[in-house]
Amino acid sequence: MSDTTRAIPDRLRSPLDQRIKSWETLLLAVAIAIFITNSFMSPFFLNAWNLSDMTFNFTEKAMIAFAMALLIISGEIDLSVASIIALASTAMGAAVQIGVGTPGLVLIGLTVGLLCGAFNGFLVTRMGLPSIVVTIGTMSLFRGISYIVLGDQAFRGYPPDFAFFGQGYVFWVISFELALFAVLAVIYYVVLHRTNFGRAVYAIGNNPVAAEFSGIRVARVKFILFLLTGLMSGIAAICLTSRLGSTRPSIAFGWELEIVTMVVLGGVSILGGSGSIPGVVIAAFVMGLVTFGLGLLNVPGIVMSIVIGALLIGVIALPRLWERWRLQAAKR
Amino acid sequence: MKRRTITSVAAGLGLAASLMGTSAMAQDDMRIALLVKALGIGFFEAAAEGAEEAATELGNVEIIYTGPTSTTAEGQIEVINSLIAQGVDAIAISANDPDAVVPALQRAMQRGITVISWDSGVAEEGRMMNLDPSSTELIGNTIIRLAADHMPDGGQVAILSATATSTNQNAWIAAAEAALPDFPGIELVATVYGDDLSDKSYREAQGLMSSYPDLQAIIAPTTVGILAACQAVSDAGRIGEINVTGLGLPSEMAGCVESGATQSFAIWNPIDLGYTATMIAHALASGAATAEPGAEIPTGRMGSVTLDDTNSAAMSDPFTYDASNIDQFKDIF
Repeated sequence: MSDTTRAIPDRLRSPLDQRIKSWETLLLAVAIAIFITNSFMSPFFLNAWNLSDMTFNFTEKAMIAFAMALLIISGEIDLSVASIIALASTAMGAAVQIGVGTPGLVLIGLTVGLLCGAFNGFLVTRMGLPSIVVTIGTMSLFRGISYIVLGDQAFRGYPPDFAFFGQGYVFWVISFELALFAVLAVIYYVVLHRTNFGRAVYAIGNNPVAAEFSGIRVARVKFILFLLTGLMSGIAAICLTSRLGSTRPSIAFGWELEIVTMVVLGGVSILGGSGSIPGVVIAAFVMGLVTFGLGLLNVPGIVMSIVIGALLIGVIALPRLWERWRLQAAKR
Repeated sequence: MKRRTITSVAAGLGLAASLMGTSAMAQDDMRIALLVKALGIGFFEAAAEGAEEAATELGNVEIIYTGPTSTTAEGQIEVINSLIAQGVDAIAISANDPDAVVPALQRAMQRGITVISWDSGVAEEGRMMNLDPSSTELIGNTIIRLAADHMPDGGQVAILSATATSTNQNAWIAAAEAALPDFPGIELVATVYGDDLSDKSYREAQGLMSSYPDLQAIIAPTTVGILAACQAVSDAGRIGEINVTGLGLPSEMAGCVESGATQSFAIWNPIDLGYTATMIAHALASGAATAEPGAEIPTGRMGSVTLDDTNSAAMSDPFTYDASNIDQFKDIF
């Protein structure tokens, strides 16, 4: 913990509205800057289909990032999300082998996601274990099961209509994944910013003990958040599996860190208690724009990682430096 | 604050772009993407070298050497999407997953991009043709020839393989046995299995030396076996009497070639592979050749390849490495 106080529920510091607005404006400015830079750097960037292709770089991760944002705001974290994708995808692949159709596959994907989320939630809220430890464990556990089932093999043969979730288009260049991403963004915005449940999430993140004494059922809220994260991982598993058309145990390997990066870049405090859904949405676009823009210039992936890392540190550090400088200036 | 962030981002993008030059802008050239499993692997860097060689020879061809940072299918799909967006003329891919990249590659083909796979192939519906470095027959023939080359008067040879159930090795050994009549005087006395374990392979090689005192060559069609056999022959002080050969990696085998325990060995040459893949991609993208069963596609200095029923083709005999070229390749892979 830094030396900041927690006087305001939604943010760690300073007037709430102003801070949130400035954060999102900052991110939006970054996104627009990258967009303009990309347009000048590559002749292929400003093309509806290409921009549509770009969204596949982040839609699945962003779906999980919404639930992860709520979880991190409440002071917990789930590092097993990518492994839940692997396990849910493996379960769907196994079901295909015995002839389950598309509706059944969707149901299985969602159920496995929910069960994994429930398992994490149970260990954290009932057993009182730290979520980072629990989910590092289940990260190995869930993917381990996939490896035991599949080894170096792959599940194939998904029904043709299953391909819609990851490869279908709702309208012109708007893919099903992009539409789902937009709908989920609205739902999560309403839940976090317009409901009592959302207020409870902030309250728990700022001070779980005070929240408990205020009549908020902390354990239950946290359990629901783990369930949601599992469910979103199940949805992402359906989209990704549909997009790849096959399942291997290495599916979505390493995504948990990219998702957490997205959430933190979106302005959610890793310490809990503050953050917003619009921030996460813009962060998703920023990451998608950066990787796609650099990809168009055939920049090696390792340079992309460096740019994303620099972006993260820059966007996180600059407001703090600014704040410090402002405080010092005020003292003088 | 905002302005500083924007300029730093812009600077970052500019820096990243200047690192790569502005090669993507040239529109007149045919652009062939060599998409590998991951960047920073010696084998693929060598393949890219071969691709550049082919590009120079063809003229008006630009090679985009690219790949993800780690060997994941998702990473390769992101790269494929960006290649589609750039409207490259051809993609030659060594796939991290033969199935997962299929939908993305199908989309590339729908948009008029020539797609071939090489080294690590893609399922049939995801590419126009596949280039294997070699074929079972060519490998079987090569490993016997490597031994026979240094046995002008004929003599006894033995095979040290991986496990008794290794599909690849068993197929190569069967092909080697089928090729034996072409090498008069060469007698295959035994086939033993070291299970691709260094210590077991070492003991099996020792066993061969004591069971067959007149043995003149040990053929190991596995990178673990050939190294262990070389070690066993060196330790027994029989360098010069028994020649260890087979399939090995130049980086691992450099010492054996230097000591003389191995006269020569073979493995596919990544430079030739990158060269041939580029030649084929160019031929298909320019319309000079069509990918269909039985088609013969010219591949420059490598001659030509002929497609089989699955539109797959084998490049050539495995490349032979000996004292004359080992230094050049030992740093590559």
